[in-house]
Amino acid sequence: MADTVDLRAGFRAGLPFLLPTLALGVSFGVLAQPVMGTVAPIAMSVFVFAGAAQFASLSVLAAGGAAGAAIAAGLLMNARFLPMGFAIAPSLPGRAAARAAQGQAIVDASWAISSRGDGTFDRGILFGATLVQGTGWIAGTVAGVLGGSALSDPEQFGLDAIFPAFYLALLFEEARHRRAIAVALLGAAITLALMPVAPPGVPVIAASLAALLGLRGR
Amino acid sequence: MTAVWTTIVALALGTMAIKAVGPVALGGREPPPRAAAVIALVAPALLAALVVYETVVSEDGGVELDARLVGVAAAALALVLRLPLLAVVGLAALATAVTRALF
Repeated sequence: MADTVDLRAGFRAGLPFLLPTLALGVSFGVLAQPVMGTVAPIAMSVFVFAGAAQFASLSVLAAGGAAGAAIAAGLLMNARFLPMGFAIAPSLPGRAAARAAQGQAIVDASWAISSRGDGTFDRGILFGATLVQGTGWIAGTVAGVLGGSALSDPEQFGLDAIFPAFYLALLFEEARHRRAIAVALLGAAITLALMPVAPPGVPVIAASLAALLGLRGR
Repeated sequence: MTAVWTTIVALALGTMAIKAVGPVALGGREPPPRAAAVIALVAPALLAALVVYETVVSEDGGVELDARLVGVAAAALALVLRLPLLAVVGLAALATAVTRALF
C-alpha cells in the first residue's frame, strides 16, 4: 500500500458533487431553520455531517417527535457506514486511534469514489472528496438557514438525479464480473423489497448482506 | 430546544462510533481470504442499493416513481455509450429537469 496521500485526486473526483451537495445543504438549512433555529442546523451539519441522517432526524423533530426517536432515525440511516467501514478498513493504516479518525471521512460518495474495484480503497481520494462535500454541505446549510431559498428547490434542476446517476456509474466500474453483478442485483432487490415496509435506513444497510455471496466457493 | 441539542450531540457521537468500528476492528492489515471476498463485494451491494434508494425514495422513505427514473435511465444509456462521468451525471440532471418541466 502506498503511503503517500494524494488529496488533489480526491478534490478532482469530488468536484462534481460540490453543487448538488451545496443545494442539498441549502434545502436542509431552509427546512431546519423553523424547527431548530439558526445555530443548531449549522452545528448539526458540522458535527453530524450526514445528509440522509440529518433529514431523517429533522423530519421526526418537525413532527413533534422526541429526541430518542429522532436519534434512532438518524442512527439507523447512518448504520450503512458500518459495512462501509469494514470494507475500507484494510486500506486505512496507522494505530487504532488514527484509523478511527480516518474512518470519519466515510460518506457515501467519497467511499464509493475511493473504491478501486478490487476490494482496496484510495484514502487520498476519500479525504479529498469528503473535504469538497463537507465544504458544500456546511456552506449550503449556512446559506439555507440565513434564508437563501434561491437554491431551495434543487429538484427543479434535476440535481436530485445526480447522486443515483453517479452511484450507477461507479456500479458499472465495480460490477465487472459475474459474481459482482449477482451481488448488485440481489442488493438492489433487497432494497426495493424493504423500502415500502422497513424504517428508512434499513433497506440500504440490509443490501450489504448480499455481499455474503462472497462466502461461497468460486 | 433541548430535544434538538440532545439529538445533535447523540447523533454526532453515534455516527463517529459507527464510522470508527470497522477501521478499529480490522484496519491496516490484510483480512483473511474469506473475509476479503465478502469485503470486495460490499461495494457493488451498497452501490446498487444506493442507486435504487436515491432513484425512487419518497419523502417518508417509501417508494415514489418520478422524473428521477428518466434521469437514471439517461445515465445508464450514457454509460453504455461510454461517455465520461461528468456527461453521465450532467445528462441525468438534464433529463430529469426536462421531464419535470414538461409534465
